[in-house]
Amino acid sequence: MNDAVKKQKDVICIICPNSCAITVKQMADGGKLIIEGQGCNRGETYATDEFLAPKRTLATTVRIRGAFIPLLPVRSSVPVPKEKLNDILDLLARIEVQAPFKCGAVVVQNVLGLGADIIATRTLPVDSCAKVACELKQ
Amino acid sequence: MKQTETDVAIIGGGPAGLAAAVEADKAGCKVMIIERDDGLGGILQQCIHPGFGLHEFKEELAGPEYAQRYIDMLEKAKIEVMLGTMVLDITPKKEIFAINEQGVVKVQAKAIVLAMGCRERTRGAIKIPGYRPTGVYTAGTAQRFVNIEGFMPGTRYVILGSGDIGMIMARRLTWEGAKVEAVVEIMPYPSGLVRNKVQCLDDYGIPLYLSHTVVRVHGKDRVTGITIARVDENWKMVPGTEMFFNCDTLLLSVGLIPENEVSKKAGIKLAKTNGPEVNQFLQTNVDGIFASGNVLQVHDLVDNVAMEAKRAGIMAAMYATGVRLPSINATDAVPLVAGNGIGYVLPNKINTNVDQALASMIGPVKVSLRVKKPVDEMYVKIKNGTNEIYKKYSKHLRPSEMAILELAKDALKGIDKTQPIEVYLEPKPAKDVTTEAKHE
Repeated sequence: MNDAVKKQKDVICIICPNSCAITVKQMADGGKLIIEGQGCNRGETYATDEFLAPKRTLATTVRIRGAFIPLLPVRSSVPVPKEKLNDILDLLARIEVQAPFKCGAVVVQNVLGLGADIIATRTLPVDSCAKVACELKQ
Repeated sequence: MKQTETDVAIIGGGPAGLAAAVEADKAGCKVMIIERDDGLGGILQQCIHPGFGLHEFKEELAGPEYAQRYIDMLEKAKIEVMLGTMVLDITPKKEIFAINEQGVVKVQAKAIVLAMGCRERTRGAIKIPGYRPTGVYTAGTAQRFVNIEGFMPGTRYVILGSGDIGMIMARRLTWEGAKVEAVVEIMPYPSGLVRNKVQCLDDYGIPLYLSHTVVRVHGKDRVTGITIARVDENWKMVPGTEMFFNCDTLLLSVGLIPENEVSKKAGIKLAKTNGPEVNQFLQTNVDGIFASGNVLQVHDLVDNVAMEAKRAGIMAAMYATGVRLPSINATDAVPLVAGNGIGYVLPNKINTNVDQALASMIGPVKVSLRVKKPVDEMYVKIKNGTNEIYKKYSKHLRPSEMAILELAKDALKGIDKTQPIEVYLEPKPAKDVTTEAKHE
């Protein structure tokens, strides 16, 4: 039996205000996870996810034309892998949409094939002033 | 001058104003929201991060989404909204004078809900010495620039204050390609939620310097750097602990102040927290004027704002339809005071001779508070003279989280009106097994 630890990570649990300091150890032999310091089962699940595949909900903006403000706030419909956040941000930085846009409408479907949509979080109607300014520019 | 009338006028169309309006409308009143911005939603529109509405909608929404839910309800109910309209004056007779592009408007209301929210504490308020170069912003201003207006205030940042807005901005700026050198907090603990420290700072390796503060802003035209230093328990700088950060921007996330300029004009008495003094009906010392949301007390969660504002909306609707609610000026109103370990407590006074029918309609008296510093294993107790009227065990209490208590129906029976009602903390005795079992 090999007791060597392959990988270890300290996780502060954010599920409740207890903020348990949890340690997750992955054993070299068989890759079994040993979790210590959690106060409850939810903490164990959280720490396991944080160790194996941490996910976050991404919320940012994309450019919008024809609305009274230049940015449309968006978010991922479900949490996405943490290590993909930068790739999604890079993709969204190159996107521009056209007003009107409705809160909840899809901006990017199945972003990077991750199973999450990027959805608008604000309703932005066509702004008459912005429209005039846009036509003048053209 | 344009003149108009309404049953319930609501000053401010942020989360508090929206929730109050929806409830007052449900109660059958004619409702009008007066909002100075060009749209509804208030600060929620720039809080594009998720985490709103877990209690209210059982979903994790972004700020603008949360606002949209209420805006939809408002539109469905056809509630009148005056946008781009700045309230200049409120009188005790509940006349509201406001100004917009059409000129001066006078609104005669039967009841008013104050829902103006708060504003950020600035550099002047915290007395950072030195030049006044470009590049010093409040965190909320930077948030508006980045999330709504579409430009970045700088490239390398130091953030003073570990409030939630400051920490959320640290992540937001990082995502937009900026470098956040440090978050600096004068207190020995983070002042925002642990969740935000973990997901906004730790995730990106942004260092948090506790018990530190900014001692110097470098640069004459533009910020060129920030010097921070450690402070002792009296917030005095410890010489020799200075650290310099090369940066072009300093963000301040150092607290919020309720915005009560117009409240003062109506003759409303403010408490030490700068919010109006209210009783358990959220009624101020001016009958028929109610307060809720961040203008009353700075909340931690928007769900708590909505909950409080709904109560204010219902009270205002009752008042507008002729129900006379107990006054904070009446002799049965007993002061509620903050005792050991409590930063502040609301309501400021509790009416103790409340008509049975009214009391049961309103439900239990809600007491909200914040503790002065993080504590564990505590009893929150309430006493009147020597008589204990409330006791609850709490494993953790944090200044970043508002605690809300509910007094049992008969808790106020037999109150001694000559004695204040005091809320205080009492450490749990080391081996108090029986009570622990009872309260957990």
